[in-house]
Amino acid sequence: MDPIFLVEAAINGILLGGVLAVLALGLNLIFGVLDIVWIAYVDLVMLAMYAFYFMVQGHGWSVWVAGPATLVVGALLGIAVHLLIISPILTSAPINQLLATGGLLFFLQSFATFLWTTDHRSVRLSLPSVEIGGIFLPFTRVIPFAISILAMLALYLFLRHTYIGTAIRAVSQDRDAMALMGANPQRVYVVTSAVGGAMAGLAATLLSFQYSVHPFFGGQFGPLTFMICVLGGLGNMVGAFVASFVMSEIIAIGGVMFSTEMGYVIAFVVFIVVMFARPGGILARRE
Amino acid sequence: MSGPRLAAALAIAALVGAPFVPMGGMRQYVLHVAIQIFIWAFIGSAWSLMGRFGLVSLGHGAFLGVGAYTTVLLWNHFRLTPWLGGPAGVGLAVLVALVLGYPCFRFRVVGHYFGLVTLAVGEVVRLLIIAERDCTDGSLGLTLKTAGGDSLLAVQFADKRVFYYAALLVWLAGLWIWHRVDRSMARAALEAIGEDETAAASVGIHVTRFKLGITVASAALTAFGGALYAQYITYVNPDTLSGIGVSLKIVFAVVLGGMYSLLGPLIGTALTTALSEGLRIAFGLKFLGMAETIYGVLLIVFIIFLPAGIAGGARRLVGRRVAPVTASPA
Amino acid sequence: MLEVRRVTAGYGAFTALWDVSLTVAAGEAVAVVGPNGAGKTTLMRVISGLVPSRGGELVFEGTPLTGRRAHQIVAHGIAHVPEGRRIFPGLTVAENLKMGAFLPPARRAYRQSLERVYGLFPVLAERRAQRAGSLSGGEQQMLAIGRALMSRPKLILLDEPSMGLAPVMVFRLFDLIRRVRAEGYTILVVEQNVRQVLKLVDRAYLLEVGRIRMEGRAELLSEQDFVRKAYMGL
Ligand SMILES: Nc1ncnc2c1ncn2[C@@H]1O[C@H](COP(=O)(O)OP(=O)(O)OP(=O)(O)O)[C@@H](O)[C@H]1O
Ligand SMILES: [Mg+2]
Repeated sequence: MDPIFLVEAAINGILLGGVLAVLALGLNLIFGVLDIVWIAYVDLVMLAMYAFYFMVQGHGWSVWVAGPATLVVGALLGIAVHLLIISPILTSAPINQLLATGGLLFFLQSFATFLWTTDHRSVRLSLPSVEIGGIFLPFTRVIPFAISILAMLALYLFLRHTYIGTAIRAVSQDRDAMALMGANPQRVYVVTSAVGGAMAGLAATLLSFQYSVHPFFGGQFGPLTFMICVLGGLGNMVGAFVASFVMSEIIAIGGVMFSTEMGYVIAFVVFIVVMFARPGGILARRE
Repeated sequence: MSGPRLAAALAIAALVGAPFVPMGGMRQYVLHVAIQIFIWAFIGSAWSLMGRFGLVSLGHGAFLGVGAYTTVLLWNHFRLTPWLGGPAGVGLAVLVALVLGYPCFRFRVVGHYFGLVTLAVGEVVRLLIIAERDCTDGSLGLTLKTAGGDSLLAVQFADKRVFYYAALLVWLAGLWIWHRVDRSMARAALEAIGEDETAAASVGIHVTRFKLGITVASAALTAFGGALYAQYITYVNPDTLSGIGVSLKIVFAVVLGGMYSLLGPLIGTALTTALSEGLRIAFGLKFLGMAETIYGVLLIVFIIFLPAGIAGGARRLVGRRVAPVTASPA
Repeated sequence: MLEVRRVTAGYGAFTALWDVSLTVAAGEAVAVVGPNGAGKTTLMRVISGLVPSRGGELVFEGTPLTGRRAHQIVAHGIAHVPEGRRIFPGLTVAENLKMGAFLPPARRAYRQSLERVYGLFPVLAERRAQRAGSLSGGEQQMLAIGRALMSRPKLILLDEPSMGLAPVMVFRLFDLIRRVRAEGYTILVVEQNVRQVLKLVDRAYLLEVGRIRMEGRAELLSEQDFVRKAYMGL
């Protein structure tokens, strides 16, 4: 095989990794604070992608307006999921919490089918490509990558330097102690879910540049996103960031060497094997 | 004969006689629903063998898919009878369970991590089936090649009653196994593990071996259920037999019915099946997706309001009434 | 300042506190001593709102606080340094202190509070950028106390500050608590280290299996045969 294909795949892997990292960080943030895996997280992304699609194709909004609007839609979805589904079962058995968000997954997929049928819809953006040394870099991938890096930087600053951001990290380490500092845990949960939802909204916009949306879109990225979170260590943000790029590289390179599905299979097998070697994630501190 | 035993005997007699009750044109449909309930309740029991000990697998679709596809592929490509193909599928599933389970338990992959690792395995099986489209027809699914009429060798029968009795028998066998595990020494050991793994290990319980044993049993039964289901439906599809969707549906039915009771999986499966059948009939093809939408909402509502499942909830209701007499906390 | 009147509390079907009454006057230092499992921690958790009381009243500076949740009680000026320190191990020392000043009024006075805490515990200033989980046990306890001071409380609840510390460190810690006291804070402290704590406080209560068994001035209490034998090992 021409090595140029491999280089191109490697670069595409990095570009995809940025968007995956946005997804993984959003999910991991929620997990870290609430200790619940939102199985339906990427299905919320699907819903937000429809929102973006209708804003752009239906109402002719500019991408620059629809993008931030989708972010807000995501945040509102995050809050709604927390208040309607998570909040009543905060103290239930973990399996029930998991299944409640699993029920949400069925609900979102079928409700989307009901509303919008199984047609694939895409926001057609005609953007040019740049050519560097014989490798074509389409702007539909470069721009989302750049935005995702900026967004993660913003998230980092938020978690690092604001009171509520630091409180979110603190709650993920000790819920009760943070209540003793005067923070209402419920409020911290809502803010966390809103931020996690906003990340889903952002990811929706970025994914819309390259992928068409359909009701089962979540199946394409959902399992992958969980795996990235686990690989990086549940609740570990830096780990999730690193793991996103590891997984996207495997998928991209495996994809050109074998087939798309085999790329995923290899990634998942790598994931399983790594889990055995480092059950706490690749960056887990050895206690 | 004691009360519960008598009730059980009567219930079984009623189930055996059921196909001969005149139902007019409804018979085929009623039998079809009943067969599905028995098979999926059997699979649910298999899942709950593990689930009740804190081994929450989100990847039982892997075993289901391996069992079903192995059987169908061997028949379609090599005309190997399901009497051999089925065991081959079960054996393969056991192999998967060992390869997955041993390191998992050895290295203490537990809780959320165990759930997500198994989920990955389920996805791997689904994607492999799709990727090997040359022999599996990928995501289109595969139809079981007909033997050209009723055939014991091919396990193909036009009369649904055959499958009805087979499914009933398999389900009862599943209950028996569940019951045996429940009574055996292994249960005490596994329960100790579910509560506190380190403590169990320190009192000399070989944690890895027990967990592995129960996982292998669960995988084998699930794969068998998958093979049986494939023979009955005569069609296999990667999305309905492996991957996250079906894995979650199994867990749902069990938790809904009650994970810790013998009949929990049956109750849960019967309810979810009745629900989805009812909704399907009510909405038909008119409102595509509407039935599943309501199904999803109801599942969420059930989980929120019936956290111990239906069997568990009922027991708690009864328990509350008798509590003042029997229980007196020290 | 603080009045606990006939409070009953517990977990599930279990009652850990029966009709417990206790008062702390402004500027006072009061200790609660008692054997393991007596309910000392539960009492502290009831006062700070982490455990709901089932009966009785809680009044702080004339304001009834019964039934308030933990995050509401902090705002009234009660800071709880919990058993086992409960610092945020993954946050830096400075971030831990910042979380102590989470509420808006405390946030406004953040700079002054920080200076004061660093003045009391210079080692925290040295370690400000370090992960709190990497501090030594004694330093973690100082951080926990410093974090509580950041909320500018009037009353500080200390639950077994000397737990798990080497004898030398215990000595230093009690010295530091004495200095905190000298700054004008009112203190309610739970301790196993009865002999030390009775030298620190004005008054003490003896709690046994969920009930107050004895109450009195620290000097007098330490003379009591019963207390000496049972809790001071003399
Ligand atoms: N979360 C809980 N759930 C159930 N019971 C509890 C809980 N916390 C404490 N208890 C019980 O309440 C009783 C009092 O506990 P508490 O922690 O208040 O005692 P303590 O006096 O602080 O003991 P120690 O000196 O060991 O810290 C004990 O019998 C304990 O077992
Ligand atoms: Mg205590």
